[in-house]
Amino acid sequence: MYLLFYISGAVAILATVMTITRLNAVHALLYFVVSLLSIAVIFYILGAPFIAALEVIIYAGAIMVLFIFVVMMLNLGERAVEMEGKWLSPGMWIGPEILAAILIAEVVYLLSRPPVEVHAIQYVEPREVGLALFGPYLIGVELASMLLLGALVGAYHLGYRKPEALENPDADNTDATRAAAGGDLVRAGHDRPAGAA
Amino acid sequence: MISPYPAVTLIAVLFGALTIAGGLVWAERRLLALWQDRYGPNRVGPFGLMQTLADMIKLFFKEDWVPPFADKWVFIMAPAIVMFTVLMSFVVVPFAPGIIISDLNIAVLFFLGMSSLGVYSIVLAGWASDNKYALLGGMRAAAQMLSYEVFMGLSLMGTVLLAGSFDLVDIVNAQRHMWFVVPQFLGFVLFMIAGIAETRRLPFDLPESESELVAGFHSEYSGMKFGMFFVGEYIGILLVSSMITVLFFGGWRGPVLPPIVWYFIKTCFFLGFFILLRAALPRPRFDQLMAWGWKLMLPLSLANLLVTGAVKLAFFH
Repeated sequence: MYLLFYISGAVAILATVMTITRLNAVHALLYFVVSLLSIAVIFYILGAPFIAALEVIIYAGAIMVLFIFVVMMLNLGERAVEMEGKWLSPGMWIGPEILAAILIAEVVYLLSRPPVEVHAIQYVEPREVGLALFGPYLIGVELASMLLLGALVGAYHLGYRKPEALENPDADNTDATRAAAGGDLVRAGHDRPAGAA
Repeated sequence: MISPYPAVTLIAVLFGALTIAGGLVWAERRLLALWQDRYGPNRVGPFGLMQTLADMIKLFFKEDWVPPFADKWVFIMAPAIVMFTVLMSFVVVPFAPGIIISDLNIAVLFFLGMSSLGVYSIVLAGWASDNKYALLGGMRAAAQMLSYEVFMGLSLMGTVLLAGSFDLVDIVNAQRHMWFVVPQFLGFVLFMIAGIAETRRLPFDLPESESELVAGFHSEYSGMKFGMFFVGEYIGILLVSSMITVLFFGGWRGPVLPPIVWYFIKTCFFLGFFILLRAALPRPRFDQLMAWGWKLMLPLSLANLLVTGAVKLAFFH
């Protein structure tokens, strides 16, 4: 069990590092999906199969698909990758590195001491998760659902178009408003970069 | 309830699923031909039974081409994902008492998780091909499968409520006196429709709709990579039929005949129904499909869950 835990932990860390360093947005997202899946395995090993399943269904299976969906719609070109490469300069690593170093120092300190009281792995049934959510944590659940309802109404408002606007959907899509081809990060109108076979 | 020889079960299920998927290709072509007043494949072997084998040999000898403009690794990985997720789902299907690979206590959630990961295969195939038809197919697939997944999960929760467990073996055992299709008829219909949409079968095959998008997400695929999408779809049908049998029609339960035979008979009935749907129904427009999912199916599945919960609380608590 410990071996499985460390393997999936290592996969999670590696995948997350790859997520940060990939220049292609879709590749980065794919590594992030792998990272989420390995975290689901860790949850399962730690005795929380319900949370593991939700991690796969909601994070890996729904939210990340939406991210990939949006990136696909953007149709990012070569220039976006170039730009991404410029943003990832060595200088910007300093801040995160200092913060990560503090955490590593803490881990080293904890490992060097005799082991503190380790909680035995406790198996959590789906039933117990439900009882906890709708018992002591009911207020939290209600607040979260109100927040989501607000987001839903907001999204509906942004996406709503008046019936007369639907009559002429291309009204705001004229040569004047459209981005000039090639000038933007997005590949407008071209299926593939010029010169590719 | 796990069999004493898990490896034997594993190999039997793997072999069985792939063989039945191959047989299903033949059965579908013969049945469609029957309903359309023609013969269908009848030359290779008795009744044309070897047709799928011949097709497979042809696929293996085709040029396995990766377009130079495609994203090579994602392009190669995409067909493998669909096979992986569909075959993984069979891990939790209880075929008969003792014939199950893993008796997980979150089996229903495992099935839902695997089917939601299956979306990646289609979406990534569409994106990696770098072809406008494939991209349109991939985008349609992402929107369709995400939407229909939502009420696929919700439609199952009524069954889970009645059985009081996410465990598929418990769900089958809870149908000792009555199949769940009777109290959960609406849930059954909703799950069936969601299942067709998840496997991208004909009324809902908009991601590949050949009359408008060439072949949709797999336009650029050839050889056995295309074969994997193709077989993956048929194993998906087998999986959804199995899940309908297990969740709503008492799984292996039935009189006289051995359990595995009952399971097989019930599953075959739904496989036939899936093929009949393909022969009978036209394809909707994409906005109709989305509006139908969000404005009709989702409220219905929520109402189903609400009523089931209220009845269970009022009378069986």
